[in-house]
Amino acid sequence: MVAFNLPANSRIGQGQTFAAPADAKQAREFRIYRWNPDDGQNPRMDSYNIDLDACGPMVLDALIKIKNEVDPTLTFRRSCREGICGSCAMNIDGGNTLACLKPIDEVKGAVRITPLPHMPVVKDLVPDLSQVYAQLRSIEPWLQADSPAPPDGERLQSKEERAKLDGLWECILCFCCSTSCPSYWWNGDRFLGPAVLLQAYRWIADSRDERTGERLDALEDPFKLYRCHTIMNCTDSCPKGLNPAKAIAEIKKLIVERVV
Amino acid sequence: MPHVDMLRSPLGRARGLGSARAGSKHWWAQRVTAIALVPLTLWFIWSLLLLTGAAQGDVAAWLGSPFRLALMLSLIAATFHHLQLGMQVVIEDYVHQDMLKLALVLAMKGLCVVLALICAISALTLGLNS
Repeated sequence: MVAFNLPANSRIGQGQTFAAPADAKQAREFRIYRWNPDDGQNPRMDSYNIDLDACGPMVLDALIKIKNEVDPTLTFRRSCREGICGSCAMNIDGGNTLACLKPIDEVKGAVRITPLPHMPVVKDLVPDLSQVYAQLRSIEPWLQADSPAPPDGERLQSKEERAKLDGLWECILCFCCSTSCPSYWWNGDRFLGPAVLLQAYRWIADSRDERTGERLDALEDPFKLYRCHTIMNCTDSCPKGLNPAKAIAEIKKLIVERVV
Repeated sequence: MPHVDMLRSPLGRARGLGSARAGSKHWWAQRVTAIALVPLTLWFIWSLLLLTGAAQGDVAAWLGSPFRLALMLSLIAATFHHLQLGMQVVIEDYVHQDMLKLALVLAMKGLCVVLALICAISALTLGLNS
Protein backbone atom coordinates (compact mmCIF):
# COMPACT_ATOMS: atom_id res chain seq x y z
CA MET A 1 0.00 0.00 0.00
CA VAL A 2 0.96 3.61 -0.34
CA ALA A 3 2.81 4.81 2.77
CA PHE A 4 1.91 8.22 4.11
CA ASN A 5 4.91 8.49 6.44
CA LEU A 6 8.59 7.96 5.82
CA PRO A 7 10.11 4.92 7.56
CA ALA A 8 11.66 5.84 10.95
CA ASN A 9 15.22 5.64 9.59
CA SER A 10 14.39 7.97 6.68
CA ARG A 11 12.88 10.86 8.69
CA ILE A 12 14.81 14.04 8.12
CA GLY A 13 16.29 15.89 11.11
CA GLN A 14 17.83 19.33 11.51
CA GLY A 15 21.56 19.34 10.85
CA GLN A 16 24.39 21.83 11.17
CA THR A 17 24.25 25.51 10.27
CA PHE A 18 27.19 27.20 8.56
CA ALA A 19 27.09 31.01 8.98
CA ALA A 20 27.80 33.41 6.15
CA PRO A 21 31.14 35.27 6.10
CA ALA A 22 31.01 38.37 8.32
CA ASP A 23 31.50 40.73 5.38
CA ALA A 24 28.77 39.13 3.23
CA LYS A 25 26.46 41.80 1.73
CA GLN A 26 24.06 39.40 0.02
CA ALA A 27 23.85 36.26 2.18
CA ARG A 28 21.55 33.48 1.05
CA GLU A 29 20.62 30.27 2.86
CA PHE A 30 20.90 26.88 1.13
CA ARG A 31 19.15 24.05 2.99
CA ILE A 32 20.62 20.82 1.67
CA TYR A 33 19.68 17.19 2.28
CA ARG A 34 22.55 15.21 3.80
CA TRP A 35 22.75 11.47 4.31
CA ASN A 36 25.80 9.31 4.76
CA PRO A 37 25.36 5.52 4.46
CA ASP A 38 28.41 4.92 6.65
CA ASP A 39 27.53 6.82 9.85
CA GLY A 40 24.26 5.07 10.72
CA GLN A 41 22.47 8.41 11.28
CA ASN A 42 19.14 9.59 9.91
CA PRO A 43 19.18 12.08 7.02
CA ARG A 44 19.36 15.76 7.99
CA MET A 45 19.03 19.20 6.40
CA ASP A 46 22.25 21.20 6.71
CA SER A 47 22.02 24.96 6.35
CA TYR A 48 24.75 26.80 4.43
CA ASN A 49 24.77 30.61 4.25
CA ILE A 50 26.60 31.84 1.17
CA ASP A 51 27.56 35.31 -0.02
CA LEU A 52 25.93 35.57 -3.46
CA ASP A 53 28.27 38.43 -4.42
CA ALA A 54 31.11 35.89 -4.40
CA CYS A 55 29.18 33.13 -6.18
CA GLY A 56 28.09 32.33 -9.76
CA PRO A 57 24.43 32.75 -10.73
CA MET A 58 23.28 29.12 -10.81
CA VAL A 59 22.41 26.72 -7.99
CA LEU A 60 25.25 24.45 -9.16
CA ASP A 61 27.70 27.35 -8.71
CA ALA A 62 26.57 27.59 -5.08
CA LEU A 63 26.91 23.81 -4.56
CA ILE A 64 30.46 23.85 -5.98
CA LYS A 65 31.31 26.88 -3.83
CA ILE A 66 30.02 25.10 -0.71
CA LYS A 67 32.03 21.96 -1.54
CA ASN A 68 35.19 23.93 -2.30
CA GLU A 69 35.06 26.50 0.47
CA VAL A 70 32.72 25.40 3.25
CA ASP A 71 32.13 21.66 3.50
CA PRO A 72 34.11 19.23 1.30
CA THR A 73 31.96 16.30 2.49
CA LEU A 74 28.92 17.54 0.51
CA THR A 75 28.34 14.96 -2.25
CA PHE A 76 26.59 15.57 -5.59
CA ARG A 77 27.00 14.69 -9.26
CA ARG A 78 27.95 17.29 -11.82
CA SER A 79 29.90 17.38 -15.03
CA CYS A 80 29.20 19.72 -17.95
CA ARG A 81 27.61 22.65 -16.03
CA GLU A 82 25.65 23.63 -19.15
CA GLY A 83 22.58 21.39 -19.22
CA ILE A 84 23.77 18.70 -21.60
CA CYS A 85 25.03 15.86 -19.39
CA GLY A 86 22.09 15.54 -17.00
CA SER A 87 24.29 14.72 -14.01
CA CYS A 88 23.17 17.48 -11.63
CA ALA A 89 19.44 16.62 -11.68
CA MET A 90 18.00 17.21 -8.21
CA ASN A 91 14.97 18.67 -6.47
CA ILE A 92 15.40 22.42 -6.01
CA ASP A 93 12.73 24.54 -4.34
CA GLY A 94 10.23 21.67 -4.66
CA GLY A 95 10.75 20.96 -8.37
CA ASN A 96 13.03 18.57 -10.21
CA THR A 97 15.51 20.35 -12.44
CA LEU A 98 19.18 20.66 -13.33
CA ALA A 99 21.19 22.64 -10.76
CA CYS A 100 23.32 24.08 -13.58
CA LEU A 101 20.31 25.57 -15.39
CA LYS A 102 18.46 26.85 -12.30
CA PRO A 103 19.27 30.49 -11.46
CA ILE A 104 19.50 31.12 -7.71
CA ASP A 105 17.45 34.31 -8.03
CA GLU A 106 14.47 32.33 -9.36
CA VAL A 107 14.09 30.88 -5.85
CA LYS A 108 12.45 33.00 -3.15
CA GLY A 109 13.88 32.67 0.38
CA ALA A 110 16.07 29.73 1.41
CA VAL A 111 17.06 27.42 -1.44
CA ARG A 112 15.92 23.92 -0.43
CA ILE A 113 17.77 21.12 -2.23
CA THR A 114 16.98 17.39 -1.96
CA PRO A 115 17.86 14.41 -4.18
CA LEU A 116 15.53 13.32 -7.01
CA PRO A 117 12.39 12.10 -5.21
CA HIS A 118 11.53 8.48 -4.49
CA MET A 119 14.84 6.97 -5.59
CA PRO A 120 17.23 5.12 -3.29
CA VAL A 121 19.90 7.57 -2.09
CA VAL A 122 23.57 6.63 -2.47
CA LYS A 123 24.81 9.64 -0.51
CA ASP A 124 23.58 13.24 0.00
CA LEU A 125 22.25 14.43 -3.39
CA VAL A 126 23.29 11.32 -5.34
CA PRO A 127 20.38 8.98 -6.22
CA ASP A 128 20.76 5.35 -7.29
CA LEU A 129 19.61 5.25 -10.93
CA SER A 130 20.20 1.51 -11.59
CA GLN A 131 16.46 0.85 -12.03
CA VAL A 132 15.84 3.58 -14.63
CA TYR A 133 18.99 2.65 -16.54
CA ALA A 134 17.84 -1.00 -16.63
CA GLN A 135 14.37 0.09 -17.76
CA LEU A 136 15.98 2.17 -20.51
CA ARG A 137 17.95 -0.86 -21.67
CA SER A 138 14.79 -2.99 -21.59
CA ILE A 139 13.20 -0.91 -24.39
CA GLU A 140 16.28 -1.52 -26.59
CA PRO A 141 17.08 2.11 -27.44
CA TRP A 142 19.02 1.47 -30.61
CA LEU A 143 18.22 1.24 -34.33
CA GLN A 144 16.88 -2.18 -35.34
CA ALA A 145 16.35 -2.94 -39.02
CA ASP A 146 16.41 -6.09 -41.16
CA SER A 147 17.20 -4.18 -44.36
CA PRO A 148 20.96 -3.79 -44.59
CA ALA A 149 22.32 -0.26 -44.61
CA PRO A 150 23.30 1.01 -48.09
CA PRO A 151 26.87 -0.18 -48.76
CA ASP A 152 27.96 3.27 -49.89
CA GLY A 153 26.52 5.48 -47.16
CA GLU A 154 24.10 6.09 -44.34
CA ARG A 155 20.43 5.12 -44.00
CA LEU A 156 18.58 8.10 -45.45
CA GLN A 157 15.65 10.01 -44.02
CA SER A 158 13.53 12.68 -45.66
CA LYS A 159 13.41 16.07 -43.98
CA GLU A 160 9.82 15.30 -42.92
CA GLU A 161 10.86 11.96 -41.38
CA ARG A 162 13.77 13.57 -39.55
CA ALA A 163 11.47 16.30 -38.21
CA LYS A 164 9.48 13.64 -36.32
CA LEU A 165 12.48 13.12 -34.03
CA ASP A 166 12.57 16.76 -32.95
CA GLY A 167 11.54 17.08 -29.32
CA LEU A 168 12.69 13.48 -28.73
CA TRP A 169 16.41 13.33 -29.51
CA GLU A 170 17.15 16.27 -27.20
CA CYS A 171 16.45 14.18 -24.05
CA ILE A 172 19.59 13.99 -21.90
CA LEU A 173 18.29 11.25 -19.55
CA CYS A 174 18.49 13.34 -16.39
CA PHE A 175 15.29 11.58 -15.14
CA CYS A 176 13.80 14.78 -13.69
CA CYS A 177 10.52 13.70 -15.35
CA SER A 178 10.36 10.08 -14.19
CA THR A 179 11.15 11.03 -10.60
CA SER A 180 8.46 13.76 -10.61
CA CYS A 181 5.75 11.30 -11.72
CA PRO A 182 3.44 10.00 -8.93
CA SER A 183 2.66 6.91 -11.02
CA TYR A 184 6.39 6.22 -11.18
CA TRP A 185 6.69 6.77 -7.41
CA TRP A 186 3.93 4.24 -6.63
CA ASN A 187 4.67 1.67 -9.35
CA GLY A 188 8.22 2.41 -10.53
CA ASP A 189 9.16 -1.26 -10.41
CA ARG A 190 6.69 -1.98 -13.26
CA PHE A 191 5.79 1.38 -14.89
CA LEU A 192 8.58 2.43 -17.28
CA GLY A 193 8.14 6.14 -16.50
CA PRO A 194 8.11 9.18 -18.80
CA ALA A 195 11.85 9.33 -19.61
CA VAL A 196 12.03 5.72 -20.78
CA LEU A 197 8.69 5.94 -22.64
CA LEU A 198 9.89 9.08 -24.45
CA GLN A 199 13.00 7.13 -25.50
CA ALA A 200 10.79 4.22 -26.60
CA TYR A 201 8.77 6.63 -28.76
CA ARG A 202 11.98 8.13 -30.14
CA TRP A 203 12.68 4.74 -31.78
CA ILE A 204 9.04 4.10 -32.71
CA ALA A 205 8.99 7.47 -34.51
CA ASP A 206 12.28 6.82 -36.34
CA SER A 207 11.61 6.11 -40.03
CA ARG A 208 14.80 4.01 -40.27
CA ASP A 209 13.71 1.57 -37.55
CA GLU A 210 11.87 -1.56 -38.75
CA ARG A 211 10.76 -3.00 -35.40
CA THR A 212 7.86 -0.60 -34.73
CA GLY A 213 5.34 -3.40 -34.22
CA GLU A 214 7.56 -5.35 -31.82
CA ARG A 215 8.29 -2.15 -29.90
CA LEU A 216 4.55 -1.42 -29.54
CA ASP A 217 3.94 -5.06 -28.49
CA ALA A 218 6.55 -4.75 -25.78
CA LEU A 219 4.95 -1.59 -24.40
CA GLU A 220 1.29 -2.70 -24.50
CA ASP A 221 0.98 -3.55 -20.83
CA PRO A 222 -1.27 -2.23 -18.03
CA PHE A 223 1.79 -1.36 -15.95
CA LYS A 224 4.67 -0.66 -18.36
CA LEU A 225 2.66 1.95 -20.30
CA TYR A 226 -0.88 2.48 -19.01
CA ARG A 227 0.08 3.63 -15.50
CA CYS A 228 0.47 7.03 -17.19
CA HIS A 229 -2.62 9.03 -16.22
CA THR A 230 -1.49 12.27 -17.96
CA ILE A 231 -0.63 13.96 -14.67
CA MET A 232 1.85 16.05 -16.72
CA ASN A 233 4.45 16.55 -13.97
CA CYS A 234 6.93 15.13 -16.49
CA THR A 235 6.36 17.89 -19.04
CA ASP A 236 6.23 20.48 -16.28
CA SER A 237 9.61 19.46 -14.82
CA CYS A 238 11.64 18.78 -18.00
CA PRO A 239 14.63 21.17 -17.88
CA LYS A 240 15.04 20.80 -21.66
CA GLY A 241 11.44 21.86 -22.36
CA LEU A 242 10.46 18.48 -23.85
CA ASN A 243 7.01 16.89 -23.64
CA PRO A 244 7.19 13.24 -22.47
CA ALA A 245 3.40 13.24 -21.83
CA LYS A 246 2.81 13.86 -25.54
CA ALA A 247 5.22 11.08 -26.53
CA ILE A 248 3.33 8.66 -24.25
CA ALA A 249 0.01 9.80 -25.76
CA GLU A 250 1.43 9.13 -29.25
CA ILE A 251 2.37 5.57 -28.21
CA LYS A 252 -1.18 4.99 -26.89
CA LYS A 253 -2.63 6.38 -30.13
CA LEU A 254 -0.48 4.10 -32.30
CA ILE A 255 -1.52 1.03 -30.28
CA VAL A 256 -5.20 1.92 -30.80
CA GLU A 257 -4.50 2.65 -34.47
CA ARG A 258 -3.51 -1.01 -34.94
CA VAL A 259 -7.08 -2.01 -33.99
CA VAL A 260 -9.44 0.66 -35.29
CA MET B 1 26.96 -9.63 6.55
CA PRO B 2 23.33 -8.48 6.28
CA HIS B 3 20.87 -10.77 4.51
CA VAL B 4 20.09 -9.80 0.90
CA ASP B 5 16.82 -11.18 -0.47
CA MET B 6 17.25 -10.12 -4.10
CA LEU B 7 20.35 -10.43 -6.24
CA ARG B 8 18.51 -10.53 -9.57
CA SER B 9 20.00 -8.05 -12.03
CA PRO B 10 18.28 -4.68 -12.56
CA LEU B 11 17.67 -5.60 -16.21
CA GLY B 12 16.03 -8.90 -15.22
CA ARG B 13 13.79 -7.02 -12.81
CA ALA B 14 12.97 -4.31 -15.39
CA ARG B 15 11.97 -6.92 -17.98
CA GLY B 16 10.02 -8.77 -15.29
CA LEU B 17 7.35 -11.08 -16.69
CA GLY B 18 7.40 -9.28 -20.05
CA SER B 19 4.59 -7.40 -21.74
CA ALA B 20 1.01 -8.48 -21.01
CA ARG B 21 0.04 -7.46 -24.60
CA ALA B 22 -3.08 -6.07 -22.96
CA GLY B 23 -4.36 -2.85 -21.50
CA SER B 24 -5.17 -0.97 -24.70
CA LYS B 25 -8.79 -2.21 -24.77
CA HIS B 26 -9.21 -1.10 -21.16
CA TRP B 27 -7.74 2.33 -21.93
CA TRP B 28 -9.80 2.78 -25.09
CA ALA B 29 -13.05 1.65 -23.41
CA GLN B 30 -12.46 4.14 -20.60
CA ARG B 31 -12.15 6.99 -23.15
CA VAL B 32 -15.13 5.89 -25.24
CA THR B 33 -17.44 5.53 -22.21
CA ALA B 34 -16.25 8.91 -20.92
CA ILE B 35 -17.21 10.59 -24.20
CA ALA B 36 -20.55 8.72 -24.34
CA LEU B 37 -21.35 9.81 -20.79
CA VAL B 38 -21.14 13.53 -21.64
CA PRO B 39 -24.38 13.69 -23.71
CA LEU B 40 -26.07 10.89 -21.72
CA THR B 41 -25.47 12.60 -18.36
CA LEU B 42 -26.54 16.03 -19.68
CA TRP B 43 -29.72 14.44 -21.05
CA PHE B 44 -30.35 12.71 -17.69
CA ILE B 45 -29.87 15.92 -15.65
CA TRP B 46 -32.03 17.89 -18.09
CA SER B 47 -34.77 15.20 -17.84
CA LEU B 48 -34.62 15.21 -14.03
CA LEU B 49 -35.09 18.98 -14.01
CA LEU B 50 -38.11 18.67 -16.30
CA LEU B 51 -39.58 15.90 -14.12
CA THR B 52 -39.11 17.75 -10.84
CA GLY B 53 -42.26 17.32 -8.75
CA ALA B 54 -43.90 14.91 -11.24
CA ALA B 55 -46.05 12.04 -9.91
CA GLN B 56 -44.71 8.47 -10.13
CA GLY B 57 -47.18 7.63 -12.89
CA ASP B 58 -45.95 10.53 -14.99
CA VAL B 59 -42.33 9.46 -14.55
CA ALA B 60 -43.25 5.89 -15.51
CA ALA B 61 -45.10 7.13 -18.58
CA TRP B 62 -42.13 9.34 -19.51
CA LEU B 63 -39.77 6.34 -19.22
CA GLY B 64 -42.23 4.16 -21.18
CA SER B 65 -41.01 5.61 -24.47
CA PRO B 66 -38.63 3.05 -26.07
CA PHE B 67 -36.22 5.85 -27.04
CA ARG B 68 -35.97 7.16 -23.45
CA LEU B 69 -35.75 3.68 -21.95
CA ALA B 70 -32.93 2.84 -24.38
CA LEU B 71 -31.08 6.02 -23.44
CA MET B 72 -31.57 5.25 -19.73
CA LEU B 73 -30.19 1.69 -20.12
CA SER B 74 -27.25 3.08 -22.15
CA LEU B 75 -26.58 5.59 -19.38
CA ILE B 76 -26.61 2.81 -16.77
CA ALA B 77 -24.32 0.57 -18.83
CA ALA B 78 -21.84 3.34 -19.66
CA THR B 79 -21.78 4.67 -16.08
CA PHE B 80 -21.05 1.36 -14.41
CA HIS B 81 -18.65 0.17 -17.12
CA HIS B 82 -16.72 3.44 -16.80
CA LEU B 83 -16.87 3.22 -12.98
CA GLN B 84 -15.38 -0.27 -12.81
CA LEU B 85 -12.67 0.57 -15.38
CA GLY B 86 -11.63 3.64 -13.41
CA MET B 87 -11.81 1.99 -10.00
CA GLN B 88 -9.63 -0.87 -11.26
CA VAL B 89 -6.96 1.68 -12.25
CA VAL B 90 -7.16 3.35 -8.83
CA ILE B 91 -6.82 0.02 -6.99
CA GLU B 92 -3.90 -1.08 -9.20
CA ASP B 93 -2.18 2.28 -8.59
CA TYR B 94 -2.33 2.19 -4.82
CA VAL B 95 -2.63 -1.43 -3.62
CA HIS B 96 0.58 -3.40 -3.98
CA GLN B 97 -0.18 -6.69 -2.21
CA ASP B 98 -1.19 -9.08 -5.01
CA MET B 99 -3.89 -11.07 -3.19
CA LEU B 100 -5.49 -7.95 -1.67
CA LYS B 101 -5.37 -6.20 -5.04
CA LEU B 102 -7.03 -9.15 -6.80
CA ALA B 103 -9.71 -9.46 -4.06
CA LEU B 104 -10.50 -5.72 -4.17
CA VAL B 105 -10.71 -5.63 -7.98
CA LEU B 106 -13.01 -8.68 -8.08
CA ALA B 107 -15.23 -7.41 -5.25
CA MET B 108 -15.45 -3.95 -6.82
CA LYS B 109 -16.36 -5.39 -10.24
CA GLY B 110 -18.96 -7.71 -8.69
CA LEU B 111 -20.50 -4.77 -6.84
CA CYS B 112 -20.64 -2.73 -10.06
CA VAL B 113 -22.41 -5.58 -11.90
CA VAL B 114 -25.00 -5.95 -9.11
CA LEU B 115 -25.60 -2.18 -8.88
CA ALA B 116 -25.89 -1.89 -12.67
CA LEU B 117 -28.41 -4.77 -12.74
CA ILE B 118 -30.47 -3.19 -9.93
CA CYS B 119 -30.58 0.09 -11.87
CA ALA B 120 -31.42 -1.61 -15.17
CA ILE B 121 -34.16 -3.83 -13.66
CA SER B 122 -35.67 -0.82 -11.88
CA ALA B 123 -35.71 1.22 -15.10
CA LEU B 124 -37.21 -1.68 -17.07
CA THR B 125 -39.85 -2.39 -14.41
CA LEU B 126 -40.86 1.26 -14.28
CA GLY B 127 -40.77 1.82 -18.03
CA LEU B 128 -42.40 -1.44 -19.23
CA ASN B 129 -45.23 -1.35 -16.67
CA SER B 130 -46.31 2.15 -17.48
